[in-house]
Amino acid sequence: MRAATIEKLGFARQMFAKNMFAKPIAVGSPLPALSTERDLRLDLFRGVALWLIFLDHIPENITNWFTIRNYGFSDATEIFIFISGYTAAFVYGRAMRDRGFLIASARVLRRAWQIYVAHIFLFTIFMAEIAYVAATFDNPLYAEEMNILDFLKQPDITIFQALLLKFKPVNMDVLPLYIVLLLFFPPMLYLLMWQPALALAGSALVYVMAWNFDWNLPAYPNGEWFFNPFAWQLLFVFGAWCALGGAQRLSGLLRSPAVLAIAIAYLLFAFAVTLTWYIEPLGRFMPGWLSDWMYPIDKTNLDVLRFAHFLALAAVTVRFVPRDWPALKSPLLWPAIVCGQHSLEIFCLGVFLAFAGQFIISEWSGGPLVQTGISLLGILIMIATASLISWYKEIEGRSPTSRVKPPDADLAGGEA
Amino acid sequence: MKLVIATILATLALAPIALADGAAVAAPQPEQCDVPESLLASDADLARVTNAVKTKHRLDISVVGSGSSALAGPDGIRSAYPARLEDVLKQRLVGTEVKVTAHVQAKEITATMVSGLSKILADDKPVLVIWQAGTADALNGVAPEDFHASLDEGVDSIQAAGADVILMNMQYSPRTESMLDVSAFADVMRLVAQAHDALLFDRLAIMHYWNDAGAFDLYTATKKYDMARRVHDCIGRALASQIINAAHLDAVRMQTTR
Repeated sequence: MRAATIEKLGFARQMFAKNMFAKPIAVGSPLPALSTERDLRLDLFRGVALWLIFLDHIPENITNWFTIRNYGFSDATEIFIFISGYTAAFVYGRAMRDRGFLIASARVLRRAWQIYVAHIFLFTIFMAEIAYVAATFDNPLYAEEMNILDFLKQPDITIFQALLLKFKPVNMDVLPLYIVLLLFFPPMLYLLMWQPALALAGSALVYVMAWNFDWNLPAYPNGEWFFNPFAWQLLFVFGAWCALGGAQRLSGLLRSPAVLAIAIAYLLFAFAVTLTWYIEPLGRFMPGWLSDWMYPIDKTNLDVLRFAHFLALAAVTVRFVPRDWPALKSPLLWPAIVCGQHSLEIFCLGVFLAFAGQFIISEWSGGPLVQTGISLLGILIMIATASLISWYKEIEGRSPTSRVKPPDADLAGGEA
Repeated sequence: MKLVIATILATLALAPIALADGAAVAAPQPEQCDVPESLLASDADLARVTNAVKTKHRLDISVVGSGSSALAGPDGIRSAYPARLEDVLKQRLVGTEVKVTAHVQAKEITATMVSGLSKILADDKPVLVIWQAGTADALNGVAPEDFHASLDEGVDSIQAAGADVILMNMQYSPRTESMLDVSAFADVMRLVAQAHDALLFDRLAIMHYWNDAGAFDLYTATKKYDMARRVHDCIGRALASQIINAAHLDAVRMQTTR
């Protein structure tokens, strides 16, 4: 009891120390050793997730049968948010340890601003597409559906609501989520470094509260955010927690055969359930009590079943893809890795390419061949752009102005 | 010079292919909109419909829906699927008095429809309610779980009033698909139908099938009503088939005519 009080007082003193914000943070417990080398597995899986998000965003697309959402409860969004949390903690955690709360927070907020600008840029392109459809498409059969274009009649309100992140057209929900998560990240990161278990428990508490009290942010014109930040923060914070030593703490657990068996069993169960969605006759094997209990599997609020599915996937992946897996250096996996290393740019490009691809498919009524071609071409453009960005970074790294930058600038410069 | 000759030869060689292509396009498209069995099949029965047709030789149907259950323009009411359904059922169920009453309110979300249901049930006394929903909710950003709750409540009250239920989901609308995501609402409708032993008329999948099979090009931009009328006619036919199958009325008719 007394020890706890002393610790609390110690923390309070730190909190209110005059120049706490300028100084590197002195934390009670020794900081987990942050490895300096980037874990290429993160880049690999984030790159793959970006491709899958791109494919899933083209509604009329035969190739999105290959994406993981058809084989289990979770999808590429979970991978993307988890790895984003992990890398954010990895990059800004080091900044916070080495340069203090203020500098690290400033950099997190700058990152949030960059994502905000990217979001508005995408919104502009989206508006152009909508305006085109509104001007050229008319069919009495779809009189009701065309009401979706009503917001074009009030551009003043619509654009303002978009700037407030309340108006988010289809497929433009992930970046606003990311922005909000980053806005609240500095204090969370501080807590994660000071008391990781407490931070994780707090995050879980917010998640539970969001479910119990229906917390969510309002959207325009009606409704709420498609990705509820109060729920999805759990995955982001969990990723950050893993990056700050949590993964090491879990490593014993992850090595246990029992955990592996449970994870595989759960993945197989989820696969069996998803089969009943697509193969109607299998539906009769689904017991009524199970579907009553299980459905709906809520994406907006990051259903526990989805979260568990992601954990199972991650456990199996970590088990079979070691950090020093030689293939990570092979040219075969390089395209995905390079995309994962420039995730913001490639994510935005993917959203744009999905718009463009869908546009081409609807103008030509493209069959499976056109769809496959567009999907492959889109991924190729993503890879080419990512390598171009890498090349720019490389030549800038050689330029004299950048020599004064801190050694982790390349990681922090945009890839969290 | 060589190049010119080569070009001419190539053109001549390709001409038959081009002509054949043209001929294929010019050939009259069959005016059919068959729906595969699997898209209309269901484990649920329409027992009350069977009973009403067999014992009372009457079939009173109410259609509750929003904009996509109606057509504007001249003859809009007669060409929309509720009226088409009535015609087809009359043709196929000889000796049964069929009445389809449409209650269509543009832009009406499901929660509002639910509050109007008791009056409709009292006025029409239907044995079957075809409930078209989802599009207005998606347009208005209604949360899928609220949509779920409204639909549950509505189906409960229809079944309590002694009528069978067919839920009809959204139209397949490829041009607005990137702006209006209806998949979550379609999932809810499937679940509610399953949970209540009701039928689902999967308009989304059926229209998708027609588009893929070439029965309709749903990407077409037009101000004319021809295509919209043909689609509604086909929806009416498909609905009639689903009702007759699920109420086992083909067998009934055969027994009575034998």
